[in-house]
Amino acid sequence: MSRLSDVFARCKSNQRAALVSYLTAGDPDLTSSELLLNTLADQSDILEIGMPFSDPMADGPVIQAASERALASGTHIQDVFRLTAQVRQQHPDLGIVLMGYANIPFVIGFENFAKQAVEAGADAVLLVDIPPEEGHICDGIFQKHGLDRILLLSPTSTEERIQLVCKHASGFIYYVSLNGITGANMGDMEAIQQQVNHIRVHTDLPVCVGFGVKTAKQAQEVGHFADGVVVGSHFVNTIPQNISNAEAINDALKDAASSMKEALEA
Amino acid sequence: MSTDFTYDLTIHHAPDEGGHFLANGTLFGGSFAAETLMQPLKEIETAFFEAWQDEAFQQERLSLLKHYAGRATPLYHAKRLSDELGGAQIYLKREDLNHTGAHKLNNTIGQALLARRMGKKKVIAETGAGQHGVATATVAALFGMQCDIYMGREDMRRQAPNVFRMKLLGANVIPVDSGTATLKDAVNEALRVWVANCEDTFYIFGTAAGPHPFPLMVRQFHTVIGQEARAQCLAQAGKLPDVAVACVGGGSNAIGLLHPLQDDDIRLVAVEAAGCGLETKQHAAALCKGKAGIIHGSLSYLLENDEGQVQPTHSISAGLDYPGVGPELAAMMESGRLDVDSATDDEALAAFQTLTQVEGIIPALESSHAIAAGMRIAASMNPDQIVLVNLSGRGDKDLGTVMDKLAEDAKEGDQ
Repeated sequence: MSRLSDVFARCKSNQRAALVSYLTAGDPDLTSSELLLNTLADQSDILEIGMPFSDPMADGPVIQAASERALASGTHIQDVFRLTAQVRQQHPDLGIVLMGYANIPFVIGFENFAKQAVEAGADAVLLVDIPPEEGHICDGIFQKHGLDRILLLSPTSTEERIQLVCKHASGFIYYVSLNGITGANMGDMEAIQQQVNHIRVHTDLPVCVGFGVKTAKQAQEVGHFADGVVVGSHFVNTIPQNISNAEAINDALKDAASSMKEALEA
Repeated sequence: MSTDFTYDLTIHHAPDEGGHFLANGTLFGGSFAAETLMQPLKEIETAFFEAWQDEAFQQERLSLLKHYAGRATPLYHAKRLSDELGGAQIYLKREDLNHTGAHKLNNTIGQALLARRMGKKKVIAETGAGQHGVATATVAALFGMQCDIYMGREDMRRQAPNVFRMKLLGANVIPVDSGTATLKDAVNEALRVWVANCEDTFYIFGTAAGPHPFPLMVRQFHTVIGQEARAQCLAQAGKLPDVAVACVGGGSNAIGLLHPLQDDDIRLVAVEAAGCGLETKQHAAALCKGKAGIIHGSLSYLLENDEGQVQPTHSISAGLDYPGVGPELAAMMESGRLDVDSATDDEALAAFQTLTQVEGIIPALESSHAIAAGMRIAASMNPDQIVLVNLSGRGDKDLGTVMDKLAEDAKEGDQ
């Protein structure tokens, strides 16, 4: 079994959804980022580590700004791997997903990327702009290295697309709860639940729900029907709100994450 | 001259089903888009192929191109310019005489008809120089659609007259401050807005780039340029051109001119913006200096660093100030069919002045890059040869930029 399936099995036995958290590597700077990623990892079942990119087309203003801060503070892909390895060292059971856009692994080479990702301790890769149709450029390589490929589904996904995505995905399915970018307002909860149930008809993979989860109450509601709840912008937001004070950010992040965790455990 | 022209409506050199253009083992193009956009893109693809086969759609499109846009645009033998250079005969394809002053309307008419056919009430678009924004705002006014245009704040400053034109036409112009506040960031923002509103909104993409089916669709709407130019050249000069030249930002006017000429024995040249020089970092020459990369939904050539981060670009012309390029042009270069050339800011500015003074035609700064390269190429050829240059737009929008630049240069000259 892969580490991700262990994570979901463990959460299931505790009768709760997994907390899937996101932060951009190198935000706001490399030193603080190591602390913040580990703090968030302490409270999370799965950590999505964002690879900063110059043109984050699918992200809202909060994560766009995170990418800009990380790049401005000199974050390179090697730093992303190094930070990943540091988190892995302290969190042997945590699920780790490297998340970002196609161009970074494409340019450094998917083989090279996959090799370093595995060495750093990543379990899976989520590339927002590589739908199953374009998976031919990376699927074989990720599979060979034992990296799960997380794929997205959205409210616009048709029956045919749900089947296609379920066939190509591994690790878990990430259901984007709304037509929009990260950090937008959450869609209608009942509709989301219906879609999640519908996806389950086509796959045994765990289904996590994200985009727009901002409050503990929302997380709790989603946690009742999804296998995992993804929280991103809400956590990233603690950084600009406390900028230039790493300790304050760390405290705010710890609070935000533990309240989400408690909501899921309740 | 608005004579009836018979267009070839066959789709030549189509990409594969996934929108890939194969060259040298690389699949350029494709749909590198977020899941949320995949279905809307499929719907556009289906609607486009259906419409393209639909006689009523084509009739309406071609009728608008003729009576509204003013096609066919003339092919003009720039005799004085040719004589002065003493080389090949330069023929200008006068896309600047298309309604709204650039080739862009060919595409927006097609896409707006498609949007209406699909029942979309609202259109959005990105714009760099503002020509695509104006052409989109124009068809939105014509079809009574709501229209939002995303434009980098830096470009809004550079192209203020076009911003005003869009507003007059009833469009909202929304400034984009992210990244470098230019065309690529406007595309990012328009994509974000489209993701959130794809159910009622049609994204009129402005160049032959982006995810499939945009590169194919935009190309098809612009091939009127090359088809007309080919026939006009045969009629006027009794033979085909030896060389065809077009400027390239994303590459819509270039693919429109060059695509219908690729099966002839004609040298095809794409001219990129060399900005302050290709040896500097201040340029926008993706084909000359970039490498393969994935941005805005397709795999193509891209100005990027070794880690895949997109690099800032520079060009005096906002319309060429873009780090990527359409995937089909990249594939044509990769396969050896397309030659790439470039012109610096200064060369473009000189060509702008030359064409204005010698022929009485004020070209857009974008097109001035093609003129500069076309003049250079023609000068090295014989008088019985022909260089066809796409004059993709008129220069009224650039008068402010040129005025400032000439004043700046004069000041430097005094010191």
